[in-house]
Amino acid sequence: MASTTRPRLGVWKFASCDGCQLSLLDCEDELLAVAGRIEIANFAEATSAFAPGPYDLSLVEGSISTPHDAERIREVRAQSRRLVTIGACATSGGIQALRNFGNVDEFRRIVYARPEYIETLARSTAIADHVPVDFELRGCPINKRQLLEVIAAFLQGRRPTVPTDSVCIECKRRGTVCVVVARGTPCLGPVTQAGCGAICPAYDRGCYGCFGPQDTPNTAAWSRRLRELGMRPDEIARIYRTFNAAAKPFRLAAEAAPSGDP
Amino acid sequence: MDRPALQGPGGPHPDVGRRSVLGRADFSRLLASIRTAGYRIVGPTVRDGAIVYGPIEAESDLPVGWTDRQEAGTYRLERRADGALFGYNVGPHSWKKYLFPSRERLFTAHRKGASFSIDAEPADDAPTAYLGVRACEVAAIRIQDRVFVGGAAVDPGYAARRRRVLLIAVQCAQAGGTCFCVSMGTGPGVTDGFDLALTERIEGDRHEFLVEVGSERGAQVLVGVPLRPADADDVAAMVATVDRTARSMGRTLDQNGIHDLLLGRLDDPEWEKVGERCLACTNCTMACPTCFCHSTEEVPNLDASQVERWRRWDSCFNLGFSELHTGSVRTTIPSRYRQWMTHKLASWFDQFGSSGCVGCGRCITWCPVGIDLTAEVRAIRSNAAAGRPPAAGGSG
Repeated sequence: MASTTRPRLGVWKFASCDGCQLSLLDCEDELLAVAGRIEIANFAEATSAFAPGPYDLSLVEGSISTPHDAERIREVRAQSRRLVTIGACATSGGIQALRNFGNVDEFRRIVYARPEYIETLARSTAIADHVPVDFELRGCPINKRQLLEVIAAFLQGRRPTVPTDSVCIECKRRGTVCVVVARGTPCLGPVTQAGCGAICPAYDRGCYGCFGPQDTPNTAAWSRRLRELGMRPDEIARIYRTFNAAAKPFRLAAEAAPSGDP
Repeated sequence: MDRPALQGPGGPHPDVGRRSVLGRADFSRLLASIRTAGYRIVGPTVRDGAIVYGPIEAESDLPVGWTDRQEAGTYRLERRADGALFGYNVGPHSWKKYLFPSRERLFTAHRKGASFSIDAEPADDAPTAYLGVRACEVAAIRIQDRVFVGGAAVDPGYAARRRRVLLIAVQCAQAGGTCFCVSMGTGPGVTDGFDLALTERIEGDRHEFLVEVGSERGAQVLVGVPLRPADADDVAAMVATVDRTARSMGRTLDQNGIHDLLLGRLDDPEWEKVGERCLACTNCTMACPTCFCHSTEEVPNLDASQVERWRRWDSCFNLGFSELHTGSVRTTIPSRYRQWMTHKLASWFDQFGSSGCVGCGRCITWCPVGIDLTAEVRAIRSNAAAGRPPAAGGSG
């Protein structure tokens, strides 16, 4: 197949750890098939070869946390026919969105010897807060099967099959015993979106909420139950404030927790 | 239609109904005989803090000396002193995980130029012995039989697996905190639909199993297993065991007029109330031994030269489950809880001629917030009796 007929892929990094981009390289067995179907025009993590836009598909990792990035994402969007955000940073602001609940000027003064060199925004925000996004793929990190599904769906011109149900359904499908019911272990599974395959409960840990809120999260009911399981309000606020702290249902749940309000 | 038979074909075998007694020391002989007859055995085993169903290779895989304590939203494993093999109540798994697997490839299609071909999925119908099936579970399997093979459209995978099951029932010697099979008329005694039924009897130094033959298949696996004929005392002990269990149900559910009650209260304020607690997490439907809802998913490879069709467990508690071309029909949690409960307890009668609930209590135990189906029925019944008006706005 002539390379000119292949759709052109761009992979872009904003404020992030690179883990989600690496999921694409982690596809190993399927990577050659992907490379055969798509021209990888820009993917700094994989190749230093860089081809200018426009791009048929852009995968965007990371959140917007600097004025420069807020400009750069507009350029990426302008150069991209389809733009898919990948990972918790790009879809909710990531763990760096914890800054949203503090004072950035104070952090800057304490952390850096020359704070005046640091140009940063007061809040870390999702890509969709800045430009239109065609699809958001959740996870910290994203699941490589879901990534392949998104790429396949793009190539085939269909909607990706990425359920927005709770993690509980994945625990039950794989036969994992519920850690909440059988052990009283706090878990975010009932309010978190599926996609990881329910890894943590299979290893006796509660869900950490890496995939963000499920489509109908009843965090009020779940916070009440977490209180009954013995968690203090500040602990409840903290478990919602991790990789998807700024996702609205988790943000509101954390804000409601200290007072005990729903 | 080739329906899987609950009873062996061709009328009752002369041994059907025969009762004998197996000593505890010879229990492993029964397992060996089942295996020699060509069955793999699946049954109860302790894993991750619960009694689940898995492969049974040896007697030591069984939950020897374990029991469980169950309440709404709580399950705890506990030790018991008497070394019982079946001294527990039903856990988070049900037999549907074998008959109706949570993920199953249905077929694979290959593109052939302008046409395509389909590879059927080879049937996984290895003869399998289900060891320790309780009365409510026999009833649940019967309900899923009706769903998957009882109508015009027969599910070939389910039918193939079901046909090769050796069903070894166990009479419940105790009721769990969330059990209500008596209310649903499904237990605790297993009366039919089994190949063998065991009643465990532990009294002082005596530890035995009363074995009742339910089919020719069941009689065949007993050949060569050391047994003594049951006497009147053995049978009386079995009856007493089941009676004692029946009297100690953890829950009750009044089924009187339930079809019209629930379908006549679609605007009951209780739906909104339970919706404030419900997580829409799907645990009740996943744990339920009769819930059969599923989605099919096409999984193409990158160049779409091959597409696999997969079926996976799905739930009426999921937003996407009721999605039509204009969006989801049931956007609110109260509307989803109402859909589940009215189907399970009421419209199931219209669809399949019975209730969809067998009173096993799994939906109560495994609900992370402990929503109690029996309490919800009581609340709606009491609202109806009080003539309480619907909540403003209803539960669209």
